[in-house]
Amino acid sequence: MSAPRQAVSKTSAGLCFESVGARFGEQTVLEDVSFEVGLGEVVGLVGCNGAGKTTLVRAATRSLRPDAGRVTLAGHPVESLSRRALATRVATVPQDIHVPFPFLAGELVLMGRTPHQGAFGFESSEDLALAREAMARVGIAELADRRVDQLSGGERQLVLFARALAQQSEWLLLDEPTAFLDLRHRIELLRVVREFARSGGGALVVSHDLGLIARVCDRLVVLAGGRVIADGEPGAVLRPEVLDSAFGMRADVIQGPDGRPVVVARIEEG
Amino acid sequence: MKHLTPTRFALTLALLGAGLLAAGVFALAMGPSSVSPGEAWQALFAPSADDPVVDIVRGIRLPRIVLAALVGASLACAGVIFQALLRNPLADPFILGVSGGAALGAIAVLSLGGAVGLGYAAVPPAAFAGCLLTLFLLLMVARQGSGTSATGLLLTGVVFNAFASAAIVFLASISEGIDGSRIFVWLIGNLSSARLDVTPWLALFLSVGVACALASARGLNVLALGEETAEQLGVSTEGQRRVLLVAASLMVGAAVSVSGLIGFVGLIVPHALRLVLGPDHRLLVPASALAGAAFLVVCDTLARSAFGGRELPVGAITALLGGPVFLFMLHRRQAGWGATRSGLL
Repeated sequence: MSAPRQAVSKTSAGLCFESVGARFGEQTVLEDVSFEVGLGEVVGLVGCNGAGKTTLVRAATRSLRPDAGRVTLAGHPVESLSRRALATRVATVPQDIHVPFPFLAGELVLMGRTPHQGAFGFESSEDLALAREAMARVGIAELADRRVDQLSGGERQLVLFARALAQQSEWLLLDEPTAFLDLRHRIELLRVVREFARSGGGALVVSHDLGLIARVCDRLVVLAGGRVIADGEPGAVLRPEVLDSAFGMRADVIQGPDGRPVVVARIEEG
Repeated sequence: MKHLTPTRFALTLALLGAGLLAAGVFALAMGPSSVSPGEAWQALFAPSADDPVVDIVRGIRLPRIVLAALVGASLACAGVIFQALLRNPLADPFILGVSGGAALGAIAVLSLGGAVGLGYAAVPPAAFAGCLLTLFLLLMVARQGSGTSATGLLLTGVVFNAFASAAIVFLASISEGIDGSRIFVWLIGNLSSARLDVTPWLALFLSVGVACALASARGLNVLALGEETAEQLGVSTEGQRRVLLVAASLMVGAAVSVSGLIGFVGLIVPHALRLVLGPDHRLLVPASALAGAAFLVVCDTLARSAFGGRELPVGAITALLGGPVFLFMLHRRQAGWGATRSGLL
């Protein structure tokens, strides 16, 4: 089963999860998870809380070593790359971070340049230009000199997104990037992610917002109980029976004005 | 967009360097026999052969000032490293209990080492080992006590400090080799009876520590945001943590083995600097070394000359200042950091 998949990844330019399995103690979190995030596409990863989405993202950034299978970048296992080399190719937007010191938003965005710089030294004019550009793209140029620990959760999320853009990677991994954002900023962020993919990057977006993610992603991967239960175009994946087994929720799927599926959850009284 | 420029870096360090020099000259002039700052300057840089001031300035006061500067720089710099690695601005070598561990190591050699042929030369390595051991203990506690790590860590430090102090008193009491009054010197921190022949060692340990911290200053910035963030930004955390913890322990071990338990320097100095300069470790590390040195030189000068003929242990001065600062910081932390970062430099 796993042999042909590995043969495929040798020629693939994508970020490939190959039969990834992970356990925390007795509990199996991921089992035989395989899918690919190609360059030029936005892939959505959905599933209920505890389905293993964040674990999968952590395996891709080498923050966690899978118990089975592997993650490859253009055919190379991520374990074989140095952390620094990996960070120039994959950037992560975490859900939130705790900043115990009064760093400024601009300083945090500049930290995205870390894998491109030496251990000591000052930012080059290129670093500054890229950081400014990233902040402008996300629409937070005016936050540059504000303290990160005094920003709202949503503002901090945008700062982390700008940091990932400044990292100038080929892939973006976004772990619930819109959780604290208002609707306008959600749409804005996802528009930038689309732009990123159109200019040749690959993005994996973890989200609970099925409505938005269905409209922005080329493909959706659905995780349930640590396994992939559906993988394909949003229209093909978002079906009532898939939603039932992934989220245990009864829902109707209708067609939106753009032809994309819209999930309408049923709320049963009594 | 504010960021660290070479100009700001050089200007800030030059200013702090000048401050340290001024503190040094002030300290040279202070003492039982009156010497003007001008005379002190002259004795230092253009000494005439038969001037008694030269002996006082160069022979008596200068070595102690150099020692105070080295100890202050080491403690402040170690504080910065601990704060970044533990992601806690309240981490100070004394509060964490690692100074206590170092002092315990030193006392163990002083009281029991004679029996196995260990002389005074073994004290700094023993202090270093004591510091490192305490640190490992502390990190084990931090790893296991998930969630409560910030408070749990400080609590463990406080308890360990009490334990170390008791063990120090115990060892010193049963040992023939240690004069009873010396226990007090170890517990409160004092420079008056420091042995000056260790100054070169202290300078060496400090240089190694500062060099390590500077070499991974950018790493410290991202490590302060958490291990996972650091990894996502391409920093190999394991190796860097180890080097930095050893470097900080070297500095604490060296400082404690000459001066005993001087507390709060590693808390007050980095905190004050962060308010003015921001938390960027590329600047904070060398700035803390310079400001820590100046701070302890001033404190020690006050300790030996501000109270007439009576000499206070310098650790009493730093603790009198540091206690309220700690409580204030703790309060602010719980209140969710009210202060704004001023943009003076």
